[in-house]
Amino acid sequence: MLPLTTGYFAGYQPMQVLFGLFAAAALTGAILIKDRNLKGMLWEALAVSLILMLGTYLAHNTIVNLANRKIATGFDFLDREARFEISESLIPYSAASTYGRAMLVGFLNTLKVSILGIILATILGVGIGILSLTRNWLVRQLAGGYVHFLRNIPVLLHIFLWYTAITNLLPPLRQALSPVPGIYLSQRGFFYPVPEPATGWTAALYGLIAGVVLAVAATRVARLRQDRTGEILPTGLVAILLVIGVPLIAWLVGGAPTAFSVPALKGFNFEGGTSISPEFFAVFGALSVYTSAYIAENTRAGILAVSRGQIEAGRTLGLSEGVILRQIILPQALRVILPPTTNQYLNLTKNSSLSVAVGYPDLVSISNTTLNQTGQAVECISIIMLVYLATSLATSALMNWYNRSIKVVER
Amino acid sequence: MSAAEHTPAEAASGPIIRIEHLGKWYGRFQALKDVNLAIARKERIVICGPSGSGKSTLIRCINKLEDYQEGTIVVDGVTLDENVKNIEHIRREVGMVFQQFNLFPHLTILQNLTLAPVWVRKMPRKEAEALAMRYLERVQIAEQAGKFPGQLSGGQQQRVAIARSLCMNPKIMLFDEPTSALDPEMIKEVLEVMAGLAREGMTMLVVTHEMGFAREIADRIVFMDKGEIVEQAPPKEFFANPKSERTKLFLSQILGR
Repeated sequence: MLPLTTGYFAGYQPMQVLFGLFAAAALTGAILIKDRNLKGMLWEALAVSLILMLGTYLAHNTIVNLANRKIATGFDFLDREARFEISESLIPYSAASTYGRAMLVGFLNTLKVSILGIILATILGVGIGILSLTRNWLVRQLAGGYVHFLRNIPVLLHIFLWYTAITNLLPPLRQALSPVPGIYLSQRGFFYPVPEPATGWTAALYGLIAGVVLAVAATRVARLRQDRTGEILPTGLVAILLVIGVPLIAWLVGGAPTAFSVPALKGFNFEGGTSISPEFFAVFGALSVYTSAYIAENTRAGILAVSRGQIEAGRTLGLSEGVILRQIILPQALRVILPPTTNQYLNLTKNSSLSVAVGYPDLVSISNTTLNQTGQAVECISIIMLVYLATSLATSALMNWYNRSIKVVER
Repeated sequence: MSAAEHTPAEAASGPIIRIEHLGKWYGRFQALKDVNLAIARKERIVICGPSGSGKSTLIRCINKLEDYQEGTIVVDGVTLDENVKNIEHIRREVGMVFQQFNLFPHLTILQNLTLAPVWVRKMPRKEAEALAMRYLERVQIAEQAGKFPGQLSGGQQQRVAIARSLCMNPKIMLFDEPTSALDPEMIKEVLEVMAGLAREGMTMLVVTHEMGFAREIADRIVFMDKGEIVEQAPPKEFFANPKSERTKLFLSQILGR
């Protein structure tokens, strides 16, 4: 049993002394020995010993101090009742649910705002990036201005700006703006109609999935057919028709339901339909617009990195501008665009932790509440760190895999 | 005149390229001044001149890689104008080889060659690949078909570039300083491929400083300076008694005499 001292310093421990001796030995060796390779290894050994010494010291000190203060360690608190409400959730949740479930709600909210943000940021970014390369002077200046204005304002300010705009400029709930019947914009959020559950809508949803699968398959078949016969089929048009047409037919076959649940003001709130909270919209809008400025620059750089000679070579071969874009420019530009854009995806995901500023219940916000209620600081912070680490590593693994699959062989 | 309308009679006889009163400006700088040049079928022209004389600009006008402000160019009976159909038609008939090779680095050698036959000629892949292999064998590089451009030497890359143009079965080949970016020991292998093409009767316009090649292969040498054609003559006459002072000066500099 180790002696427990009081105060912040919890005393030494045999392991630390052992690593300290290792460090001293490595240092002596590194100074005395002349062989370059051995010297290098001893410097490394010194660094590792010092890190282990510090690590064991911190771990030991934490455990001893927590025990002294009678704070229970471990993750048992996750099974306890959370006793707080969460304003929005993708899964069923109430104050009677556990802390574990609350954290899951937070994680799913983080994923929701990140994934939707990444999609919008990519669309906006690629679009603005291409516009910044057009011949039209005005369009080019506007695209350049967009990038310079947005990326030079801190992202937290973006979030505040969006949130303030929604909560101050829009009218209160009872005087909600209704630009289109059934859609209401107020400082408490946006309300819009959704279809009433019916077989036709379910069928349409499955039809959409089937349409996408069919479109992919049709493109493959068309490519194989082109390989065999040389005939070039309008794959883009066919794909669009399939993605729109199949769900439409499924909806018609399913009885063509037209009943919508329309939001209507009842008392202090809207009933029916569904809504987007101002908190979500502020974080989503701010993160995607801010990140899109960086993605626009990546896109511009990627396209500019393809030398003019490539386009000229394509033209002299008689290729159309569309084929030059799809077969020559984009595949090469993508290789330049992808790695820095992966960084931006990771940044957007991590920046979503600023949600706490406007009260969007993301992982950090809910972990904070949990921390305050349970006092399990080390555990809560570890969970946040591990979840972000895992999410980021998964994202980069996915992007690296894609990047490798399109790599150019240099030599 | 559109691609479909051109008269076969004109296409069969007369010059295959007719350049009349061509003028081009870069802002205020005049790059080409009243250039007139007619090139007969199967004729081999070498264009030379000091750097900045407009020789590259001239051949780049022929397939509209450069816009021009004055004059007309008629290629194989089709007038080169703003009509996209005509431009695409002429580009299909005219092959071009660049100083910097401009192979597509993300495609294999074979894919570099089949890209245009597949997307422009609408050729089945097997057929396009067979065609590509024939031309790769002709430039003696068939064993590299599966490699990427970055894995080949400069001379090999330039031979691939020539083969890539030939896959479109062009009537005219433009060469824009094809050996200027090559190490000395690789120049010969490229010039040999070009000489082979010349022997087979390809109409060729070659911008080059290789005077040995010009003397041996060209039917006519065109000397340009400051955006103008200064003089043109068969190689023997051109080298033996150049008429203008500018030509004499250029030849003394390039041949060192």
